[in-house]
Amino acid sequence: MKSLRYLLPLFLFLIVSGFFLVSLDRDQELDSPLIGKTAPAFSLPHLHQPDRMLSPVDLKGQVWMLNVWASWCVACRQEHPLFMELAKQNVLPIYGLNYKDERPDAIRWLQQFGDPYATSISDLDGRVGIDYGVYGVPETYIIDKQGVIRHKVVGPVTADELQTVLLPLIKELQG
Amino acid sequence: MKRSLSVLFAYLFFSASVIAVEIDVEQAMEDPVYEERFKNLAAELRCVKCQNQSLVDSPAGIADDLRMQVHEQLHSGKSDDEIVSYLVDRYGEFIRYRPEISGQNLLLWIGPLLLLVIGMATLYFNIKARKKKTVEEPELSSEDHKRAQALLNEVKENQ
Repeated sequence: MKSLRYLLPLFLFLIVSGFFLVSLDRDQELDSPLIGKTAPAFSLPHLHQPDRMLSPVDLKGQVWMLNVWASWCVACRQEHPLFMELAKQNVLPIYGLNYKDERPDAIRWLQQFGDPYATSISDLDGRVGIDYGVYGVPETYIIDKQGVIRHKVVGPVTADELQTVLLPLIKELQG
Repeated sequence: MKRSLSVLFAYLFFSASVIAVEIDVEQAMEDPVYEERFKNLAAELRCVKCQNQSLVDSPAGIADDLRMQVHEQLHSGKSDDEIVSYLVDRYGEFIRYRPEISGQNLLLWIGPLLLLVIGMATLYFNIKARKKKTVEEPELSSEDHKRAQALLNEVKENQ
């Protein structure tokens, strides 16, 4: 019993190390408070036809994806081929929120890398981005038929994440 | 050597003045009445991008946008609480350096106090136990006294 007492610091050390080890592995993603809430309203001009506006209300009744992207965003190129594939297979409409970008740059980017979006809308000053809690482009939201945000991915979507998380969820929501 | 040093100092001087100018512009936009509130709020809010910096010192683009939001909302007459909850609604409790007390973080809030109480209690009982040990004198019966006296006398006689 006495000798256990001298081992106490060692135990404490191991416990603290355990905590550090766990948090080393944990990613920095924040839980969005928006999940389970109605997608914040906006009315933004289409990227290609700035005189036309789009609003989440227009998209009710279908499961859709909102992908925040920008031509200056390098990580967006990483996930882009996945969205091209999704669009090709017609899984669900993907709407692009072109975030704090210049119109000509954005249009050129889509010409270069392909355009998987049903349409992209321009959030030039990033205000709608703030409403959606955007803090690291790219970000991707899955929104259900009732217009409720069901899932959010911060950073580029990976093929694995798409297969194991997003696609099953989309299927379930489309049900 | 001297020359490169002076170039370096010139560079440092000018870059510092660029920063100073930027801050000046920000402050000039500020009504002095709001300035204090703005600074306090921004210091309480965490930048969501560089997660260990407050909105005051984060250079991230999103921090700029959020500072702008705070600034605008202050001018539109919103209270500090309203502004904070506006941001919490979008970015979560994480954005506050001092999150609201809730079941999830209760242990974090009261943990230190709890440790203090445990430590104090341990200290108290330890001291009490130790005192008891030292204070406790063996009780001597009158017979013991007599024996002791006899022994002492013996020592004296031998001398």
